[in-house]
Amino acid sequence: MNFKLASSPHQHANRDLGQVMKLVILCLVPGILMQTWFFGWGTIIQVILAVITATVTEAAILELRKRDFERALKDYSAIVTAILLAISIPPFAPWWVIVIGTFFAIAIVKQLYGGLGFNIFNPAMAAYVMLLVSFPVQMTQWLPPVNLAQYTHDFWDALSVIFTSYSVEGFSIAQLKTDIDGVTMATPLDTVKTSLIQGFTYSEGLEHKIFDSVVTGVGVASSWVSLAYLAGGLFLIKQKVINWHIPVSMLAGLFVCALFMSLVDSDVYPSSIFHLLNGSIIIGAFFIATDPVSASTTNKGRLIFGAAIGVWVYIIRTWGGYPDAIAFAVVIMNMAVPLIDYYTRPRTYGHQAPNALKSKGKQP
Amino acid sequence: MQTSYEQIVHKIDSDELWDFPGGIYPPERKEISNLQPIATLPIPEKLYVTVKQHKGVEGNLIVEVGQQVLKGQALSKSANPFAVPIHAPTSGKISAIRKHVSPHPSGIPELSIEIETDGQDTWTELSPTLDYQNQPKIDLLTKICDAGISGMGGAGFPSHIKLSTSKKVEFLIINGVECEPYITSDDRLMREHAWQIRQGIDVLTHMVQPQQVFIAIEKNKPEAIEALQIACRENPLYQVVEIPTKYPSGGEKQLIQILTNREVPAQGLPIDVGVISHNVGTCFAVADAIFSGKPLIQRVTTVTGEAVSKPANYWTLIGTPIKHILNECGYQASSQKQARAIIGGPMMGFTVTDELVPIIKTSNCVLVPADSEMAELNEQACIRCGACADVCPAGLLPQQLFWHAKAKELDKAQEYNLFDCIECGACAYVCPSEIPLVHYYRVAKADIRNELDEKQQADKARERFEKRAARLKAEQAARDEKHRLAAEARKQAMESKGNNAKDKIAAALARAKAKKQGLAAADSNLDTKSEINSQKTPPIESNDEPTQKHEIVDAATEKPSASSNQRVQAAIARAKAKKAAVATKSNQTPEITTEQEKSSSGSLNIENQDENIVESKPIVHEATKVSDVPRTVVQQDTKKPEQESVSPSHEENSDNQISQNIAEQKQAKVAAAVAKAKAKREAQKKAKASEIQITKPLAKEKSLANEKTLAQVEQLAEDPNNQQESSSKQNIEHSAIEDPLVTKKRRIAVAVAKAKAKRQAEKTVENSAPKENKEDKS
Repeated sequence: MNFKLASSPHQHANRDLGQVMKLVILCLVPGILMQTWFFGWGTIIQVILAVITATVTEAAILELRKRDFERALKDYSAIVTAILLAISIPPFAPWWVIVIGTFFAIAIVKQLYGGLGFNIFNPAMAAYVMLLVSFPVQMTQWLPPVNLAQYTHDFWDALSVIFTSYSVEGFSIAQLKTDIDGVTMATPLDTVKTSLIQGFTYSEGLEHKIFDSVVTGVGVASSWVSLAYLAGGLFLIKQKVINWHIPVSMLAGLFVCALFMSLVDSDVYPSSIFHLLNGSIIIGAFFIATDPVSASTTNKGRLIFGAAIGVWVYIIRTWGGYPDAIAFAVVIMNMAVPLIDYYTRPRTYGHQAPNALKSKGKQP
Repeated sequence: MQTSYEQIVHKIDSDELWDFPGGIYPPERKEISNLQPIATLPIPEKLYVTVKQHKGVEGNLIVEVGQQVLKGQALSKSANPFAVPIHAPTSGKISAIRKHVSPHPSGIPELSIEIETDGQDTWTELSPTLDYQNQPKIDLLTKICDAGISGMGGAGFPSHIKLSTSKKVEFLIINGVECEPYITSDDRLMREHAWQIRQGIDVLTHMVQPQQVFIAIEKNKPEAIEALQIACRENPLYQVVEIPTKYPSGGEKQLIQILTNREVPAQGLPIDVGVISHNVGTCFAVADAIFSGKPLIQRVTTVTGEAVSKPANYWTLIGTPIKHILNECGYQASSQKQARAIIGGPMMGFTVTDELVPIIKTSNCVLVPADSEMAELNEQACIRCGACADVCPAGLLPQQLFWHAKAKELDKAQEYNLFDCIECGACAYVCPSEIPLVHYYRVAKADIRNELDEKQQADKARERFEKRAARLKAEQAARDEKHRLAAEARKQAMESKGNNAKDKIAAALARAKAKKQGLAAADSNLDTKSEINSQKTPPIESNDEPTQKHEIVDAATEKPSASSNQRVQAAIARAKAKKAAVATKSNQTPEITTEQEKSSSGSLNIENQDENIVESKPIVHEATKVSDVPRTVVQQDTKKPEQESVSPSHEENSDNQISQNIAEQKQAKVAAAVAKAKAKREAQKKAKASEIQITKPLAKEKSLANEKTLAQVEQLAEDPNNQQESSSKQNIEHSAIEDPLVTKKRRIAVAVAKAKAKRQAEKTVENSAPKENKEDKS
């Protein structure tokens, strides 16, 4: 008998890459369902479009790179990227927006850098930034929550709007955006920002019907969506798919900034709760900034990385031109990851220096 | 700051422990093998005892093929402190000593002793020590070392080295954690032999005098904990500590961290933080060695995995091939399409390819998993998730190490403390991309070590080259100086040539001197010959440097042309000598002629090969017979110091070798001539004597001595191993045959003497002559 050669360890945990990615997708499901519930079928259609585009793009490029694409597709990483991008863009954005965005994310941001594990930037967020800069109109066509909208829309309307810009009944996207009072709706962040620019105070901005009348500063629909993603994110932490460091530090970074500024002037600067539950900070903290490839890998580094994103989000939201800033903040911090990783190495057993920098590598 | 002794004792006393970062919780699967008591395997037909089974150096073998050995008999021995002897695990006959596949991840064959067992299992004589408390520590250390005990937990570090520390030992940690899944050998040993383990601990405690002894056992072995608690309860110094189940808490460094919150410095040893740790198996073996005098020849090995039908723990003899073990334990080949046999556990064990791989002192487990038990891995790209860093007990960044190791950025990998990796495998265990991380680290470590070796060798070579260049330069300078002196001497000689009367007297004196000196030189040469030979050969054998080899090759290629030149020159010299001899027949003794001829041919050889005497050539040729003799004497004199200065030098170069060759040849020739002359005289005497009484014992005895020397000379000349000898032999033969003054009678006598001497040498000097020869060669 001759035995086969293998390297230790021979025992292995039963969780491979595909399973990790599937868990991430699973944890996104409650948020997606909530988003669909409040904003219509558009989200689901965008997700489907994105997944198809991502799969085809990934397979085609891997084939060009002469890699085993069947095996690579089984890791589900392209699908996760596609879903993250799809849920980030407006549900009724034209079909070509998501197709271009997904293609860009997979082909340019991911594969051109060497494929999974080698990309510097978070593919979904880099693509989002590209889309926002290239197609600002289409990328800001947010619809009011279904219960506040003037015209209801079903699955076929969504499909029709995405592919033809008109619903089955012939309404344009601009018409669909109007609320029951015939006024064009905006997102909570947009609403407050606009009212602040117009000289209103923060609390006056919150009087808009997009905000909940019971709990101050909470968007009627968007906060529910955020909570659904929060639940999924917490499950990921429990499953040890992600560490707590990035979500916690990112939310803390934003929270502390907002708290400080609202204490300075609560008329001009929205509260911490407003910042945490509106916009896409929750999904960003749990699903986007935690992308392992482009995030910091040391625990200390993760804390810095997350906190810096939180601070960036606050800065751009408050003083920048865009209402929300997850994508910008994440892409900016992606660039800093090598630096952060280098300076946050843990102390190795038996070494005095807190990180390996001071003690040069030792000889055998 | 380091946690103090009081803090540690207080914490342990209050049933608390520290923790180490990271760690994993793989399925333990110990129940497969820990339910049955330790069984004994039948003695295999053949044992393969690897000579080196520990960390350190191997001992020298003290047995031979074909020798009968008894159980427990030492097979190797060494004065090196890092050498641990091996012993015959059972009685039998040594059938071979050769390389055999080793129980090492590489499977590289290593020197092994194969023992055909006789089934008698006869013990050798044992010498137990019962009053170990009254023995000096050094004796106990020797005893432990001689019993062949090296760490039985995995690394195989010689136990006596650990115990010989002179530093203060605060904690002696007895490691019974056995954190690796599947393995239960220590578990069973503790359950069944707690008392003997305790005896071993007693000995160790007596030797290192610790302030506290911790016996650390993982919580998943309640029976073992109980057994040792009972065995150790009467000694307040001993404390059995339950360690939480987590892999790799049994790693020496991790265990020290758990128990003391101290970290062994990066390049240090546990003793640097006041700790010594020993495996429970080692304690058992120490008790065996001290109280019964038994060396380490067997150990408990867990045989487990779903591919064996009788998984359990077994007493296995060191050297048992795993084939024997698998056969005895019901190995089911059918359940293994991807047949794998792992020595050690599933986390740190290594696969072996050969079924004849033997058990050694560190082999605690043979794991034969079924296909379904341990799936094959499918490496994918690293997604930098950092799961590896989370579980790393050494605080490393495995994904960074992997990145640099894969890219062969070895310096970067070292910067990330690659060599602090204990290869526990936790990172690869959790890696979702199923990357064999530890494998990458091993390769990188090996690459770095190779690089270092190469660098060291290159440095050494450069240093050697520089030294050699300097030496050659110095020698060149010395030669130039000699040339200058020689030229001056020659000039003086030329100037004084005019005066004939003076010349004659001088010549006569010189002749007489030459005679005396020649004889003296010949005698001394005979004596020093073996010495010079022995000085000459070692450097050639030990030359392993490429540059030096090159030189040798050069010298060798020069030789054929040199020897042909020699012959021509020798012929010329002979012819001249003949002429000279005819001219001065009346007053010439045979000795002088041979001497003269020899020296002149020798000088010609010298001129041919060593440039520094080239100038003297025309003088030798043109000078009269009278001036010829002093000339050669002078040359001999000038030659000697050089030869003496050269021979002790260790690094030979071509010049030295050639000049040495000449010296050799000359000596050989002189010796031959003297011997011949002696033999001649002897033969003459004997011829007379034999007329009266053919076999006179006294005469025979007397002649024996001379014949001996002759035989020696001949043997030296005939020895094909000595490169120079063949050419010198040629010269001797030439001079012997063509010597004009040797009469026919004499020649016959010489031949008879030679033949006699040869026969005699074969018969009576059979023992002494080869021995001498051997010594010469060595």
